[in-house]
Amino acid sequence: MRELSLNVLDIAQNSVAANAALCEIEVIESTRNKELFIGIYDNGKGMTEEQVKSVKDPFFTTRTTRKVGMGIPLFKMAAEMTGGSFDIESEVGVGTKVKAIFKTDHLDFTPLGDMCSSIVLLITMNTHMDFLYRYKIDEKEFTLDTRQLKEILGDVPLNEPSIANWIKDYINQNTKQLTEV
Amino acid sequence: MKTLEELMALRDAAKAKMTVREDSSEITRIVVGMATCGIAAGARPVLNKFSEEIEKRNLTNVTVTQTGCIGMCQYEPIAEVMVPGKEKVTYVKLTEEKVARIIADHIVNGIPVAEYTVGEVTK
Repeated sequence: MRELSLNVLDIAQNSVAANAALCEIEVIESTRNKELFIGIYDNGKGMTEEQVKSVKDPFFTTRTTRKVGMGIPLFKMAAEMTGGSFDIESEVGVGTKVKAIFKTDHLDFTPLGDMCSSIVLLITMNTHMDFLYRYKIDEKEFTLDTRQLKEILGDVPLNEPSIANWIKDYINQNTKQLTEV
Repeated sequence: MKTLEELMALRDAAKAKMTVREDSSEITRIVVGMATCGIAAGARPVLNKFSEEIEKRNLTNVTVTQTGCIGMCQYEPIAEVMVPGKEKVTYVKLTEEKVARIIADHIVNGIPVAEYTVGEVTK
């Protein structure tokens, strides 16, 4: 993957497939520690201990289940390549938590890329579920909660073109502000 | 700066515009593969381009949705176009430029772009 935001999009698709009602995406950057944390949590159907073990191994998983494949191994590799770490926890009926830490000053660090594009795509393609997006750089933070948007919108769908455009601009402007000193 | 107040105004405008959706049997469906293989090959900008063109041309009878792995990972990004009453057309190795042409030729003018279809590319 050329951007970590594509990995995020890919991992969050698992939450969609797991019939989650809510998917939380957290991106936390510490410029002081030169670390980037990415967390994707859902309340979907979850996995057994054995499944959790297997999703980390591309060779094992591709042969047994068609539903899980290269997504988790690629994300794990992207993190570990930088000297960071990866963790996945899951419980059947409760949900799944995927967490990764990246060392941003490492040569093999993949840039985060266009997170806004990934978030907008997830929101507009899956209007039946909710997304909570949290983007934090050091002390500054931006949060977008589709439950709040839906409250305002009523029966106007999140994928209505003018609404989708607003969401895109809203995320872009707010996250840009975080990076400005 | 975009504000939530602005969203309320957009909601009211959208509500006023909202008419009865056209008969679902008249809807053209575009489905883009968004599994790991598709995403890695560039499906995100492809899907965005479809949405963008549909909005720009105000094509109210066209929907774009996502699906999982279509099963031909080496030909991703893949999109299937289903026009009511016509056979399904599968486009492979898509780019934003190809999407623009598919929208103009196939969706608007009804002539599939043969050279981008799975049958032609895999020959």
